[in-house]
Amino acid sequence: MDLDCTEAEEDFRRRLRAWLAEVLPKLPDPPDPADWPARRAYDCGWQRMLYDAGYAGLHWPEDAGGQGATPTQHLIFLEETERAGAPYVGANFVGLLHAGPTIAAEGDAEQRARWLPPILRGDEVWCQGFSEPEAGSDLASLRTRAVRDGDSYVVTGSKIWTSHAEVADWCELLVRTAPAGDGAPPHRGISWLAMPMDAPGVTVRPLRTLAGTAEFAEVFLDEVRVPVAHRIGAENDGWRVTMVTLSFERGTAFVGEVVACRRVLAALAREAKAGGRWDDPVLRRRLGRLAAEFAALWRLTQWNVSEAQRAGGVPGTGGSVFKLRYSHARQELYDAAAEVLGAGALDAGHPWVADRLSSLSYTIAAGTSQIQHNIVAERILGLPKGR
Amino acid sequence: MSQRVDFRLTDDQRALRAGVRELLEGRFPRERLRAAVDGGPPVVDRALWRELGGAGFFALRLREADGGVGLGLPEAVLAFEEAGRALLPGPLVATHLAAGVVEGAAEGRAVVTALDTAGDGVGVGDGAGALVEHLASADAVLAIGAPGDGDVEALPAAGLARAARPVRSVDPATPLHRVPNPDRVPHPDRVPHPGRVACPGRLAASARPAGPRSAGRYRREAVLLTAALQLGSAARTVEMAVRHARERFQFGRPIGAFQAVQHLCAGMLVRAETARSVVYAAAVTEDAGEVAAAKLLADEAAVHNARDCLQVHGGMGFTWEADVHLHLKRAWVRAEQWQRAADAEEELAAGLLRFGA
Repeated sequence: MDLDCTEAEEDFRRRLRAWLAEVLPKLPDPPDPADWPARRAYDCGWQRMLYDAGYAGLHWPEDAGGQGATPTQHLIFLEETERAGAPYVGANFVGLLHAGPTIAAEGDAEQRARWLPPILRGDEVWCQGFSEPEAGSDLASLRTRAVRDGDSYVVTGSKIWTSHAEVADWCELLVRTAPAGDGAPPHRGISWLAMPMDAPGVTVRPLRTLAGTAEFAEVFLDEVRVPVAHRIGAENDGWRVTMVTLSFERGTAFVGEVVACRRVLAALAREAKAGGRWDDPVLRRRLGRLAAEFAALWRLTQWNVSEAQRAGGVPGTGGSVFKLRYSHARQELYDAAAEVLGAGALDAGHPWVADRLSSLSYTIAAGTSQIQHNIVAERILGLPKGR
Repeated sequence: MSQRVDFRLTDDQRALRAGVRELLEGRFPRERLRAAVDGGPPVVDRALWRELGGAGFFALRLREADGGVGLGLPEAVLAFEEAGRALLPGPLVATHLAAGVVEGAAEGRAVVTALDTAGDGVGVGDGAGALVEHLASADAVLAIGAPGDGDVEALPAAGLARAARPVRSVDPATPLHRVPNPDRVPHPDRVPHPGRVACPGRLAASARPAGPRSAGRYRREAVLLTAALQLGSAARTVEMAVRHARERFQFGRPIGAFQAVQHLCAGMLVRAETARSVVYAAAVTEDAGEVAAAKLLADEAAVHNARDCLQVHGGMGFTWEADVHLHLKRAWVRAEQWQRAADAEEELAAGLLRFGA
């Protein structure tokens, strides 16, 4: 048990802080959230600044163009950028956190040379084509079909919950290359393709969420030709290839958010104090309990990073424990925010109210809480496979 | 390569934990727990107490020069987690805190319990007095005052016991006495415990050259070590529930194959591991807010895990014979000790106003 950072890590933190203090004031104003091209330009501009300063792909291996930083340094990076109010990874999320690490781990030399540098430089944006209308939690039942035709796959089907699809250059696409059934487990027969979003036959339709915004899109694929050379990993081995990225998603993906939640919670307390609500012990205790919750979640994150360090960078099952607790706590946080705001919680223009609405997706996205419970029960506790 | 911010236990910490577990499995097996529960009035097993002392359980954090083991709070937390796991009865926290202060506590020759004079302590009620565990077995009572400028005193147990009145304890392994406000204890009984002098400001200065610990510090350590006991219990009830869910068959399959049961068990693990992360971290930082978070979440984990464990056990869980209720009842007792949920939440809330200020 050791919570201190090494001298090298503290030095890393100091240099990063100094750099952030220097560059952040020079950033342009954030774009209108509804203006997707502007958002892309802003996010990619930030990524380019990180690249030029040597902070791009911090957690990527060095032979993939990354910095080969330790998970602890990555944690420090996420913590410090959040504290400083730096832009989020935004449009580069899928490239930097899913597609890139997958290609780095499973792609051949040519594929790595083709796709990794543009992700790091902020030149190319990726989106994720995993979920389908009929394949949500049961992702392995996906139906989008890829039929071999010479040097290409011909892909037909539809994807849903695709972020940044309107402005993405590439899609990390899961397709079925062998039929399910015949007693074979459904996750056999899936392949992982890099699909250009400007290919003929790709149609993107914005998907409006309950928050009223179109953070996601549906992607329809009508006989889209994708070169076989764009397949990462072996044919029908895409499920295993994908699991590498999904475990990353549950590793350090929420570090910045936990830091942000702790800041929001402190702001809630100040707001309650200013508005006289602080005299209500029920509200005070509710916020105090949330403080304990996020203190623990922060430590749990560090713990998971520490475990990932031991396992050579691949986060373990502790991610499910974290995700279950965090997604619930985030919803509780914004419910408490609504209590502090009172009738102001009906003003959808208030940032806390917008975040309250978006928090509703947390117990659903990236594996519902129910699926996470199944994972914990079966994979960590070793209970018999249930139905 | 640097590998800090590290929750992993060192080899020594691992060995310590294994050692305590082995000692408790050997000397305090289930039959002993049941004997303590089903036998006559529970008393502290002095032979076991001395053996714990001999193993360094109480002197763990005393300097080696003072006859201690010279370890820190993280190691103490691991040892207490094991004790909580085994449901080891006795005033473990108080005797540990009294090591180097009350003669014989470090070696396990003295049984020392505690009196929280800063509020209503373990018990509830206006002026009804505080509840003290294992008073009849104790040689001395460590009376710990308010966090700010309160006093810490070691009182002979006999005097307090005469003024106290037994309570029918909900936990059959933790006898409780209601003790009137110490100010109302007859004066002659308020002499310091024979041996090392223990009075405010110069509390066993000879034993702790680092300087006297304030009441606040005693209290914080008591809160954290109690949280560690709760954590051990919370982790144990996960194991008990999972084992039962694997072995108990209904409708032709283990009940652990039903998602409803699986999700109860998964939720238990989430509670225990979330509590563990903050209990371990608080042992390193000793930050008051983090210690409060540790107690709050460990109490919740112990109580709710015991409840869910009971539920997974079904009718069996409602019997006296099953051990589940012992975890629940002990968790209830500990949740009332040192820092209750309301106090922890208020402390954390106050911390929020200081955050980033």
